[in-house]
Amino acid sequence: MTAPIVLRGVGLVLGGLRILQGIDLEIRQGEFACVVGPSGCGKTTLLRALAGLLPPTEGEVLIGGVPVRAPRRDVAVVFQDYSRALLPWRTAAGNVALALETMGMPARAQAARIQDLLARVGLAEHAEKFPGQMSGGMQQRLQIARCLAQEPNVLLMDEPFGALDAMTRQTLQDEVLGLVAERGVTVFFVTHDLEEAAYLGDKVIGLLPRPGRVAKHFTVDLPRPRDQLATRETPEFLRLRRSLFDFMRAAEA
Amino acid sequence: MTRLLRAIAVPAALLLAGEIAMRAAGSSSDALAPPSDVAAALAALLADGEMLRASAETLASALGGLAIGGGVGLLAGLLFGAVPAAARLFAIVVEGIRPIPAVALIPLALILFGFGFRLEIAIVAFAAIWPMLVFTQAAVAAVDTQLLDVARVLRLPLAARLARIVVPFALPRIFVAFRLAFGVALIVAVTVEIAVNPLGLGYGMTMAQQTLRPADMLAYLVWIGVLGFLLNVLLLVVQRTVFGRFLPRGARP
Repeated sequence: MTAPIVLRGVGLVLGGLRILQGIDLEIRQGEFACVVGPSGCGKTTLLRALAGLLPPTEGEVLIGGVPVRAPRRDVAVVFQDYSRALLPWRTAAGNVALALETMGMPARAQAARIQDLLARVGLAEHAEKFPGQMSGGMQQRLQIARCLAQEPNVLLMDEPFGALDAMTRQTLQDEVLGLVAERGVTVFFVTHDLEEAAYLGDKVIGLLPRPGRVAKHFTVDLPRPRDQLATRETPEFLRLRRSLFDFMRAAEA
Repeated sequence: MTRLLRAIAVPAALLLAGEIAMRAAGSSSDALAPPSDVAAALAALLADGEMLRASAETLASALGGLAIGGGVGLLAGLLFGAVPAAARLFAIVVEGIRPIPAVALIPLALILFGFGFRLEIAIVAFAAIWPMLVFTQAAVAAVDTQLLDVARVLRLPLAARLARIVVPFALPRIFVAFRLAFGVALIVAVTVEIAVNPLGLGYGMTMAQQTLRPADMLAYLVWIGVLGFLLNVLLLVVQRTVFGRFLPRGARP
Protein backbone atom coordinates (compact mmCIF):
# COMPACT_ATOMS: atom_id res chain seq x y z
CA MET A 1 0.00 0.00 0.00
CA THR A 2 2.86 2.42 0.68
CA ALA A 3 4.06 3.81 -2.60
CA PRO A 4 6.76 6.42 -2.37
CA ILE A 5 8.47 7.32 -5.64
CA VAL A 6 12.27 7.37 -5.70
CA LEU A 7 14.40 8.24 -8.70
CA ARG A 8 18.16 7.71 -8.57
CA GLY A 9 20.35 9.17 -11.27
CA VAL A 10 17.72 8.69 -13.95
CA GLY A 11 18.90 9.52 -17.45
CA LEU A 12 17.25 8.86 -20.78
CA VAL A 13 18.60 8.96 -24.31
CA LEU A 14 16.12 8.64 -27.14
CA GLY A 15 17.26 8.28 -30.74
CA GLY A 16 20.71 9.65 -29.92
CA LEU A 17 19.22 12.66 -28.17
CA ARG A 18 19.67 13.14 -24.43
CA ILE A 19 16.25 13.93 -22.94
CA LEU A 20 16.87 13.47 -19.21
CA GLN A 21 20.04 13.58 -17.14
CA GLY A 22 20.89 12.75 -13.56
CA ILE A 23 17.41 13.04 -12.07
CA ASP A 24 17.27 12.41 -8.32
CA LEU A 25 13.85 12.73 -6.77
CA GLU A 26 11.96 11.54 -3.77
CA ILE A 27 8.20 11.82 -3.46
CA ARG A 28 6.78 10.56 -0.19
CA GLN A 29 3.80 8.27 0.14
CA GLY A 30 0.63 10.34 -0.23
CA GLU A 31 2.52 13.41 -1.37
CA PHE A 32 1.20 15.58 -4.21
CA ALA A 33 4.15 16.59 -6.38
CA CYS A 34 3.72 18.99 -9.27
CA VAL A 35 6.27 19.26 -12.07
CA VAL A 36 6.78 22.45 -14.05
CA GLY A 37 9.30 23.62 -16.59
CA PRO A 38 9.63 25.16 -20.03
CA SER A 39 8.59 23.06 -23.02
CA GLY A 40 11.16 20.48 -24.00
CA CYS A 41 12.38 19.94 -20.44
CA GLY A 42 11.28 16.30 -20.48
CA LYS A 43 8.25 16.54 -18.15
CA THR A 44 6.19 14.08 -20.15
CA THR A 45 9.18 11.80 -20.77
CA LEU A 46 9.82 11.66 -17.04
CA LEU A 47 6.17 10.74 -16.48
CA ARG A 48 6.41 8.00 -19.11
CA ALA A 49 9.49 6.62 -17.34
CA LEU A 50 7.55 6.54 -14.06
CA ALA A 51 4.66 4.79 -15.83
CA GLY A 52 6.97 2.07 -17.12
CA LEU A 53 6.19 3.07 -20.71
CA LEU A 54 9.73 4.23 -21.42
CA PRO A 55 12.52 2.55 -19.47
CA PRO A 56 15.35 4.92 -18.51
CA THR A 57 18.77 4.35 -20.04
CA GLU A 58 20.52 5.13 -16.76
CA GLY A 59 19.66 5.03 -13.10
CA GLU A 60 16.55 3.51 -11.60
CA VAL A 61 12.94 4.33 -10.86
CA LEU A 62 11.50 2.80 -7.69
CA ILE A 63 7.85 2.84 -6.73
CA GLY A 64 7.12 1.36 -3.33
CA GLY A 65 10.71 0.16 -3.26
CA VAL A 66 10.29 -1.94 -6.43
CA PRO A 67 12.08 -1.01 -9.67
CA VAL A 68 9.67 0.02 -12.43
CA ARG A 69 10.32 -1.84 -15.67
CA ALA A 70 6.81 -2.11 -17.11
CA PRO A 71 3.36 -0.64 -16.41
CA ARG A 72 1.91 -1.76 -13.08
CA ARG A 73 -1.61 -2.26 -11.85
CA ASP A 74 -1.15 0.11 -8.90
CA VAL A 75 0.19 2.96 -11.07
CA ALA A 76 -2.50 4.77 -13.07
CA VAL A 77 -1.95 7.38 -15.78
CA VAL A 78 -4.27 10.23 -16.75
CA PHE A 79 -3.31 11.36 -20.24
CA GLN A 80 -3.58 14.94 -21.40
CA ASP A 81 -5.58 14.32 -24.56
CA TYR A 82 -8.69 12.69 -23.12
CA SER A 83 -10.36 12.37 -26.52
CA ARG A 84 -7.54 10.06 -27.64
CA ALA A 85 -7.35 8.15 -24.36
CA LEU A 86 -10.95 6.86 -24.40
CA LEU A 87 -12.45 4.25 -26.70
CA PRO A 88 -14.98 6.16 -28.85
CA TRP A 89 -16.96 2.99 -29.60
CA ARG A 90 -17.55 2.19 -25.93
CA THR A 91 -19.93 3.93 -23.55
CA ALA A 92 -18.72 5.58 -20.35
CA ALA A 93 -19.48 2.36 -18.51
CA GLY A 94 -17.68 0.35 -21.20
CA ASN A 95 -14.60 2.51 -20.93
CA VAL A 96 -14.39 1.95 -17.17
CA ALA A 97 -15.01 -1.75 -17.77
CA LEU A 98 -11.85 -1.90 -19.90
CA ALA A 99 -9.76 -1.45 -16.74
CA LEU A 100 -11.80 -3.99 -14.78
CA GLU A 101 -11.67 -6.63 -17.54
CA THR A 102 -7.88 -6.69 -17.46
CA MET A 103 -7.97 -7.10 -13.70
CA GLY A 104 -10.00 -10.26 -14.22
CA MET A 105 -13.11 -9.04 -12.47
CA PRO A 106 -16.11 -11.26 -13.31
CA ALA A 107 -18.71 -9.55 -15.46
CA ARG A 108 -21.41 -9.81 -12.82
CA ALA A 109 -19.42 -7.92 -10.21
CA GLN A 110 -18.48 -5.22 -12.70
CA ALA A 111 -21.79 -3.41 -13.07
CA ALA A 112 -22.04 -2.26 -9.46
CA ARG A 113 -18.38 -1.30 -9.34
CA ILE A 114 -18.67 0.72 -12.56
CA GLN A 115 -21.69 2.57 -11.26
CA ASP A 116 -19.82 3.35 -8.04
CA LEU A 117 -16.76 4.64 -9.91
CA LEU A 118 -18.83 6.80 -12.25
CA ALA A 119 -20.71 8.22 -9.27
CA ARG A 120 -17.45 9.20 -7.63
CA VAL A 121 -16.57 11.46 -10.57
CA GLY A 122 -20.13 12.74 -10.98
CA LEU A 123 -21.00 10.74 -14.09
CA ALA A 124 -23.60 8.40 -12.56
CA GLU A 125 -26.27 9.74 -14.91
CA HIS A 126 -24.11 9.37 -18.01
CA ALA A 127 -23.10 5.70 -17.92
CA GLU A 128 -24.65 4.97 -21.33
CA LYS A 129 -23.23 7.99 -23.13
CA PHE A 130 -20.41 7.67 -25.64
CA PRO A 131 -17.33 9.89 -25.24
CA GLY A 132 -18.31 11.76 -28.40
CA GLN A 133 -21.51 12.85 -26.65
CA MET A 134 -19.68 14.23 -23.60
CA SER A 135 -18.01 17.58 -22.91
CA GLY A 136 -14.25 17.79 -22.42
CA GLY A 137 -14.61 18.00 -18.66
CA MET A 138 -16.85 14.93 -18.60
CA GLN A 139 -14.43 12.98 -20.78
CA GLN A 140 -11.54 13.83 -18.46
CA ARG A 141 -13.68 12.76 -15.46
CA LEU A 142 -14.34 9.50 -17.26
CA GLN A 143 -10.62 8.95 -17.74
CA ILE A 144 -10.08 9.58 -14.04
CA ALA A 145 -12.82 7.08 -13.20
CA ARG A 146 -11.05 4.47 -15.33
CA CYS A 147 -7.83 5.18 -13.42
CA LEU A 148 -9.61 4.83 -10.08
CA ALA A 149 -10.83 1.42 -11.24
CA GLN A 150 -7.23 0.25 -11.01
CA GLU A 151 -7.26 1.19 -7.31
CA PRO A 152 -3.93 2.90 -7.82
CA ASN A 153 -1.45 3.86 -5.13
CA VAL A 154 0.23 6.22 -7.55
CA LEU A 155 -1.49 8.60 -9.95
CA LEU A 156 0.53 10.05 -12.82
CA MET A 157 -1.19 13.00 -14.48
CA ASP A 158 0.10 14.61 -17.67
CA GLU A 159 -1.32 18.13 -18.00
CA PRO A 160 -4.77 16.65 -17.43
CA PHE A 161 -6.65 19.96 -17.38
CA GLY A 162 -4.62 21.83 -19.99
CA ALA A 163 -7.32 21.68 -22.65
CA LEU A 164 -10.25 22.60 -20.39
CA ASP A 165 -11.83 26.00 -19.81
CA ALA A 166 -10.98 27.88 -16.60
CA MET A 167 -14.17 27.07 -14.70
CA THR A 168 -14.13 23.35 -15.52
CA ARG A 169 -10.43 23.25 -14.66
CA GLN A 170 -11.03 24.64 -11.17
CA THR A 171 -13.88 22.23 -10.53
CA LEU A 172 -11.78 19.26 -11.59
CA GLN A 173 -8.80 20.47 -9.54
CA ASP A 174 -10.93 20.36 -6.41
CA GLU A 175 -12.41 16.99 -7.36
CA VAL A 176 -8.96 15.50 -7.82
CA LEU A 177 -7.80 16.92 -4.49
CA GLY A 178 -10.84 15.32 -2.87
CA LEU A 179 -10.25 11.92 -4.46
CA VAL A 180 -6.55 12.01 -3.59
CA ALA A 181 -7.22 12.96 0.03
CA GLU A 182 -9.79 10.16 0.28
CA ARG A 183 -7.42 7.45 -0.94
CA GLY A 184 -4.05 8.78 0.15
CA VAL A 185 -2.44 8.19 -3.23
CA THR A 186 0.90 9.58 -4.29
CA VAL A 187 0.51 12.01 -7.18
CA PHE A 188 2.95 13.07 -9.89
CA PHE A 189 1.27 15.95 -11.70
CA VAL A 190 2.79 17.54 -14.81
CA THR A 191 1.45 20.98 -15.67
CA HIS A 192 2.43 24.15 -17.49
CA ASP A 193 0.06 26.18 -15.34
CA LEU A 194 2.18 27.56 -12.47
CA GLU A 195 -0.80 28.64 -10.36
CA GLU A 196 -2.30 25.19 -10.75
CA ALA A 197 0.97 23.66 -9.52
CA ALA A 198 1.00 25.92 -6.46
CA TYR A 199 -2.68 25.36 -5.74
CA LEU A 200 -2.59 21.56 -5.92
CA GLY A 201 0.84 20.50 -4.75
CA ASP A 202 2.64 19.73 -1.54
CA LYS A 203 5.72 20.54 -3.51
CA VAL A 204 6.64 21.78 -6.94
CA ILE A 205 9.61 20.46 -8.88
CA GLY A 206 11.15 22.80 -11.43
CA LEU A 207 12.88 21.22 -14.43
CA LEU A 208 15.30 22.81 -16.87
CA PRO A 209 15.67 21.73 -20.50
CA ARG A 210 18.47 20.40 -22.76
CA PRO A 211 18.98 17.99 -21.15
CA GLY A 212 15.99 17.76 -18.80
CA ARG A 213 17.18 17.96 -15.20
CA VAL A 214 15.88 18.94 -11.80
CA ALA A 215 16.75 22.55 -11.09
CA LYS A 216 14.72 23.53 -8.06
CA HIS A 217 12.35 22.27 -5.38
CA PHE A 218 9.59 24.51 -4.05
CA THR A 219 7.84 23.52 -0.85
CA VAL A 220 4.18 24.49 -0.77
CA ASP A 221 3.28 25.57 2.73
CA LEU A 222 -0.44 26.02 2.29
CA PRO A 223 -3.08 24.53 4.57
CA ARG A 224 -5.48 21.83 3.30
CA PRO A 225 -8.22 21.62 2.28
CA ARG A 226 -7.42 24.21 -0.34
CA ASP A 227 -9.99 26.74 -1.47
CA GLN A 228 -10.09 28.26 -4.93
CA LEU A 229 -10.57 31.80 -3.55
CA ALA A 230 -9.07 31.85 -0.05
CA THR A 231 -5.98 29.80 -0.87
CA ARG A 232 -5.17 31.85 -3.92
CA GLU A 233 -5.35 35.07 -1.85
CA THR A 234 -2.93 34.04 0.91
CA PRO A 235 0.47 35.77 1.02
CA GLU A 236 2.19 32.39 0.93
CA PHE A 237 0.41 31.49 -2.34
CA LEU A 238 1.34 34.83 -3.89
CA ARG A 239 4.96 34.48 -2.74
CA LEU A 240 5.16 30.98 -4.23
CA ARG A 241 3.48 32.11 -7.42
CA ARG A 242 6.10 34.86 -7.68
CA SER A 243 9.04 32.50 -7.25
CA LEU A 244 7.59 30.03 -9.74
CA PHE A 245 7.17 32.75 -12.35
CA ASP A 246 10.71 34.01 -11.63
CA PHE A 247 12.01 30.48 -12.10
CA MET A 248 10.22 30.06 -15.41
CA ARG A 249 11.33 33.45 -16.67
CA ALA A 250 14.95 32.62 -15.88
CA ALA A 251 14.55 29.15 -17.41
CA GLU A 252 13.17 30.49 -20.66
CA ALA A 253 15.70 33.34 -20.94
CA MET B 1 -42.47 14.67 -55.76
CA THR B 2 -41.26 17.62 -57.86
CA ARG B 3 -37.75 16.76 -56.74
CA LEU B 4 -38.16 13.23 -58.03
CA LEU B 5 -39.50 14.54 -61.32
CA ARG B 6 -36.55 16.89 -61.65
CA ALA B 7 -34.12 14.07 -60.90
CA ILE B 8 -35.47 11.76 -63.59
CA ALA B 9 -36.26 14.46 -66.17
CA VAL B 10 -32.87 14.33 -67.95
CA PRO B 11 -32.51 10.52 -68.08
CA ALA B 12 -36.08 10.16 -69.26
CA ALA B 13 -35.57 12.76 -71.97
CA LEU B 14 -32.39 11.05 -73.15
CA LEU B 15 -34.09 7.67 -73.31
CA LEU B 16 -37.00 9.17 -75.20
CA ALA B 17 -34.64 10.89 -77.65
CA GLY B 18 -32.84 7.58 -78.19
CA GLU B 19 -36.12 5.81 -78.76
CA ILE B 20 -37.28 8.38 -81.33
CA ALA B 21 -33.93 8.47 -83.12
CA MET B 22 -33.75 4.68 -83.36
CA ARG B 23 -37.31 4.39 -84.59
CA ALA B 24 -36.87 7.20 -87.12
CA ALA B 25 -33.73 5.63 -88.56
CA GLY B 26 -35.84 2.52 -88.99
CA SER B 27 -32.98 0.18 -89.78
CA SER B 28 -32.17 -2.70 -87.48
CA SER B 29 -28.73 -2.41 -85.89
CA ASP B 30 -26.33 -5.12 -84.75
CA ALA B 31 -24.92 -2.84 -82.04
CA LEU B 32 -27.81 -0.82 -80.66
CA ALA B 33 -31.48 -1.28 -79.89
CA PRO B 34 -34.23 1.15 -78.93
CA PRO B 35 -34.67 1.51 -75.14
CA SER B 36 -38.11 -0.07 -75.29
CA ASP B 37 -36.67 -3.19 -76.94
CA VAL B 38 -33.94 -3.34 -74.29
CA ALA B 39 -36.55 -3.07 -71.54
CA ALA B 40 -38.62 -5.82 -73.14
CA ALA B 41 -35.53 -8.04 -73.49
CA LEU B 42 -34.60 -7.43 -69.85
CA ALA B 43 -38.13 -8.33 -68.74
CA ALA B 44 -38.04 -11.52 -70.82
CA LEU B 45 -34.62 -12.57 -69.52
CA LEU B 46 -35.77 -11.94 -65.95
CA ALA B 47 -39.04 -13.79 -66.53
CA ASP B 48 -37.48 -17.00 -67.87
CA GLY B 49 -34.94 -17.09 -65.01
CA GLU B 50 -31.95 -16.82 -67.33
CA MET B 51 -30.83 -13.47 -65.92
CA LEU B 52 -31.19 -14.59 -62.31
CA ARG B 53 -29.27 -17.80 -62.94
CA ALA B 54 -26.46 -15.84 -64.60
CA SER B 55 -26.49 -13.31 -61.72
CA ALA B 56 -26.21 -16.10 -59.19
CA GLU B 57 -23.20 -17.54 -61.04
CA THR B 58 -21.42 -14.20 -61.24
CA LEU B 59 -22.16 -13.32 -57.62
CA ALA B 60 -21.09 -16.75 -56.39
CA SER B 61 -17.74 -16.37 -58.17
CA ALA B 62 -17.30 -12.78 -56.97
CA LEU B 63 -18.16 -13.62 -53.36
CA GLY B 64 -16.10 -16.82 -53.36
CA GLY B 65 -13.07 -14.98 -54.67
CA LEU B 66 -13.70 -12.12 -52.28
CA ALA B 67 -13.88 -14.49 -49.33
CA ILE B 68 -10.55 -16.11 -50.20
CA GLY B 69 -8.62 -13.10 -51.49
CA GLY B 70 -10.19 -10.66 -49.04
CA GLY B 71 -9.44 -13.06 -46.19
CA VAL B 72 -5.80 -13.38 -47.21
CA GLY B 73 -5.53 -9.61 -47.66
CA LEU B 74 -7.17 -8.97 -44.30
CA LEU B 75 -4.86 -11.29 -42.37
CA ALA B 76 -1.75 -10.04 -44.16
CA GLY B 77 -2.87 -6.44 -43.64
CA LEU B 78 -3.43 -7.01 -39.92
CA LEU B 79 -0.01 -8.63 -39.59
CA PHE B 80 1.84 -6.02 -41.67
CA GLY B 81 0.07 -3.15 -39.93
CA ALA B 82 0.77 -4.45 -36.44
CA VAL B 83 4.32 -5.66 -37.11
CA PRO B 84 6.20 -3.18 -39.35
CA ALA B 85 9.16 -5.58 -39.49
CA ALA B 86 6.95 -8.17 -41.22
CA ALA B 87 5.74 -5.53 -43.67
CA ARG B 88 9.34 -4.64 -44.54
CA LEU B 89 10.25 -8.30 -44.96
CA PHE B 90 7.46 -8.86 -47.49
CA ALA B 91 7.56 -5.43 -49.13
CA ILE B 92 9.44 -6.53 -52.27
CA VAL B 93 7.29 -9.64 -52.72
CA VAL B 94 4.08 -7.65 -52.35
CA GLU B 95 5.16 -4.75 -54.53
CA GLY B 96 6.45 -7.18 -57.13
CA ILE B 97 3.25 -9.19 -57.43
CA ARG B 98 0.67 -6.49 -56.85
CA PRO B 99 1.11 -4.63 -60.18
CA ILE B 100 0.30 -7.78 -62.20
CA PRO B 101 -3.18 -7.21 -63.68
CA ALA B 102 -5.46 -9.95 -62.36
CA VAL B 103 -6.80 -10.74 -65.84
CA ALA B 104 -3.24 -11.37 -67.07
CA LEU B 105 -3.36 -14.51 -64.93
CA ILE B 106 -6.25 -15.93 -66.97
CA PRO B 107 -4.06 -18.10 -69.26
CA LEU B 108 -2.16 -19.55 -66.30
CA ALA B 109 -5.33 -20.12 -64.26
CA LEU B 110 -7.00 -21.72 -67.26
CA ILE B 111 -4.25 -24.35 -67.45
CA LEU B 112 -4.44 -24.94 -63.70
CA PHE B 113 -8.20 -25.03 -63.25
CA GLY B 114 -9.89 -25.36 -66.65
CA PHE B 115 -13.17 -23.56 -67.35
CA GLY B 116 -15.61 -23.04 -64.50
CA PHE B 117 -15.98 -21.54 -61.07
CA ARG B 118 -12.50 -22.42 -59.82
CA LEU B 119 -10.86 -20.44 -62.62
CA GLU B 120 -12.99 -17.39 -61.97
CA ILE B 121 -12.72 -17.56 -58.19
CA ALA B 122 -8.93 -17.81 -58.40
CA ILE B 123 -8.63 -14.68 -60.56
CA VAL B 124 -11.10 -12.73 -58.40
CA ALA B 125 -9.25 -13.83 -55.24
CA PHE B 126 -5.96 -12.53 -56.62
CA ALA B 127 -7.53 -9.19 -57.47
CA ALA B 128 -9.31 -8.85 -54.10
CA ILE B 129 -6.18 -9.38 -52.01
CA TRP B 130 -4.61 -6.00 -52.75
CA PRO B 131 -7.25 -3.42 -51.82
CA MET B 132 -7.92 -5.41 -48.65
CA LEU B 133 -4.24 -5.73 -47.75
CA VAL B 134 -3.21 -2.16 -48.46
CA PHE B 135 -6.16 -0.52 -46.69
CA THR B 136 -6.14 -2.88 -43.71
CA GLN B 137 -2.42 -2.37 -43.22
CA ALA B 138 -2.86 1.40 -43.30
CA ALA B 139 -5.85 1.20 -40.93
CA VAL B 140 -3.95 -0.84 -38.36
CA ALA B 141 -0.82 1.26 -38.64
CA ALA B 142 -2.98 4.36 -38.02
CA VAL B 143 -4.21 3.20 -34.60
CA ASP B 144 -3.73 6.05 -32.17
CA THR B 145 -0.43 5.66 -30.31
CA GLN B 146 -2.00 7.11 -27.20
CA LEU B 147 -4.68 4.40 -27.18
CA LEU B 148 -1.86 1.88 -27.39
CA ASP B 149 -0.26 3.58 -24.37
CA VAL B 150 -3.57 3.27 -22.55
CA ALA B 151 -3.64 -0.42 -23.43
CA ARG B 152 -0.13 -0.85 -22.04
CA VAL B 153 -0.86 1.10 -18.86
CA LEU B 154 -3.95 -1.07 -18.31
CA ARG B 155 -1.71 -4.07 -19.01
CA LEU B 156 -3.92 -5.58 -21.69
CA PRO B 157 -2.38 -8.81 -23.04
CA LEU B 158 -1.55 -8.84 -26.75
CA ALA B 159 -4.72 -10.70 -27.76
CA ALA B 160 -6.92 -8.27 -25.81
CA ARG B 161 -4.99 -5.33 -27.23
CA LEU B 162 -5.81 -6.55 -30.75
CA ALA B 163 -9.41 -7.53 -30.03
CA ARG B 164 -10.42 -4.54 -27.91
CA ILE B 165 -8.33 -1.69 -29.28
CA VAL B 166 -6.70 -2.31 -32.66
CA VAL B 167 -9.45 -4.14 -34.54
CA PRO B 168 -12.36 -1.94 -33.36
CA PHE B 169 -10.31 1.16 -34.19
CA ALA B 170 -9.43 -0.12 -37.65
CA LEU B 171 -12.81 -1.74 -38.40
CA PRO B 172 -14.54 1.21 -40.09
CA ARG B 173 -11.63 1.62 -42.50
CA ILE B 174 -11.42 -2.14 -43.02
CA PHE B 175 -15.08 -2.06 -44.03
CA VAL B 176 -14.29 0.65 -46.59
CA ALA B 177 -11.57 -1.67 -47.89
CA PHE B 178 -14.17 -4.45 -48.10
CA ARG B 179 -16.46 -2.23 -50.15
CA LEU B 180 -13.66 -1.44 -52.57
CA ALA B 181 -12.61 -5.09 -52.79
CA PHE B 182 -16.23 -6.05 -53.45
CA GLY B 183 -16.40 -3.64 -56.38
CA VAL B 184 -13.13 -5.01 -57.75
CA ALA B 185 -14.39 -8.60 -57.34
CA LEU B 186 -17.52 -7.87 -59.38
CA ILE B 187 -15.57 -6.16 -62.15
CA VAL B 188 -13.01 -8.95 -62.37
CA ALA B 189 -15.66 -11.70 -62.30
CA VAL B 190 -17.54 -10.17 -65.23
CA THR B 191 -14.28 -9.56 -67.08
CA VAL B 192 -13.21 -13.19 -66.75
CA GLU B 193 -16.63 -14.26 -68.00
CA ILE B 194 -16.40 -11.98 -71.02
CA ALA B 195 -12.86 -13.10 -71.78
CA VAL B 196 -13.03 -16.88 -71.41
CA ASN B 197 -15.31 -18.38 -68.83
CA PRO B 198 -18.67 -19.81 -70.01
CA LEU B 199 -20.53 -18.63 -66.91
CA GLY B 200 -22.62 -15.81 -65.57
CA LEU B 201 -23.58 -12.35 -66.77
CA GLY B 202 -20.41 -11.63 -68.73
CA TYR B 203 -20.81 -14.81 -70.76
CA GLY B 204 -24.51 -14.14 -71.34
CA MET B 205 -23.71 -10.69 -72.63
CA THR B 206 -20.96 -11.98 -74.93
CA MET B 207 -23.25 -14.67 -76.32
CA ALA B 208 -25.97 -12.10 -77.04
CA GLN B 209 -23.42 -9.96 -78.84
CA GLN B 210 -22.03 -12.80 -80.95
CA THR B 211 -25.49 -14.02 -81.98
CA LEU B 212 -26.42 -10.48 -83.02
CA ARG B 213 -29.04 -9.82 -80.33
CA PRO B 214 -28.21 -6.21 -79.36
CA ALA B 215 -31.34 -5.80 -77.21
CA ASP B 216 -30.34 -8.80 -75.05
CA MET B 217 -26.73 -7.62 -74.90
CA LEU B 218 -27.79 -4.18 -73.68
CA ALA B 219 -30.27 -5.75 -71.27
CA TYR B 220 -27.34 -7.61 -69.64
CA LEU B 221 -25.35 -4.39 -69.53
CA VAL B 222 -28.18 -2.48 -67.84
CA TRP B 223 -28.73 -5.32 -65.37
CA ILE B 224 -25.01 -5.44 -64.41
CA GLY B 225 -25.15 -1.71 -63.76
CA VAL B 226 -28.30 -2.02 -61.63
CA LEU B 227 -26.83 -4.93 -59.67
CA GLY B 228 -23.56 -3.10 -58.95
CA PHE B 229 -25.43 0.03 -57.91
CA LEU B 230 -27.78 -1.82 -55.55
CA LEU B 231 -24.98 -3.80 -53.91
CA ASN B 232 -22.98 -0.63 -53.30
CA VAL B 233 -26.01 1.07 -51.77
CA LEU B 234 -26.55 -1.94 -49.53
CA LEU B 235 -22.95 -1.85 -48.30
CA LEU B 236 -23.14 1.92 -47.73
CA VAL B 237 -26.27 1.48 -45.61
CA VAL B 238 -24.56 -1.23 -43.56
CA GLN B 239 -21.51 0.98 -43.12
CA ARG B 240 -23.58 3.92 -41.95
CA THR B 241 -25.74 2.00 -39.52
CA VAL B 242 -22.92 -0.07 -38.02
CA PHE B 243 -20.06 2.41 -37.90
CA GLY B 244 -21.61 5.84 -38.34
CA ARG B 245 -21.44 6.80 -34.69
CA PHE B 246 -18.21 5.24 -33.61
CA LEU B 247 -15.82 6.34 -36.29
CA PRO B 248 -12.69 7.59 -34.57
CA ARG B 249 -11.44 10.98 -35.62
CA GLY B 250 -9.93 10.97 -39.06
CA ALA B 251 -11.40 7.60 -39.97
CA ARG B 252 -14.57 8.89 -41.57
CA PRO B 253 -14.54 7.75 -45.17
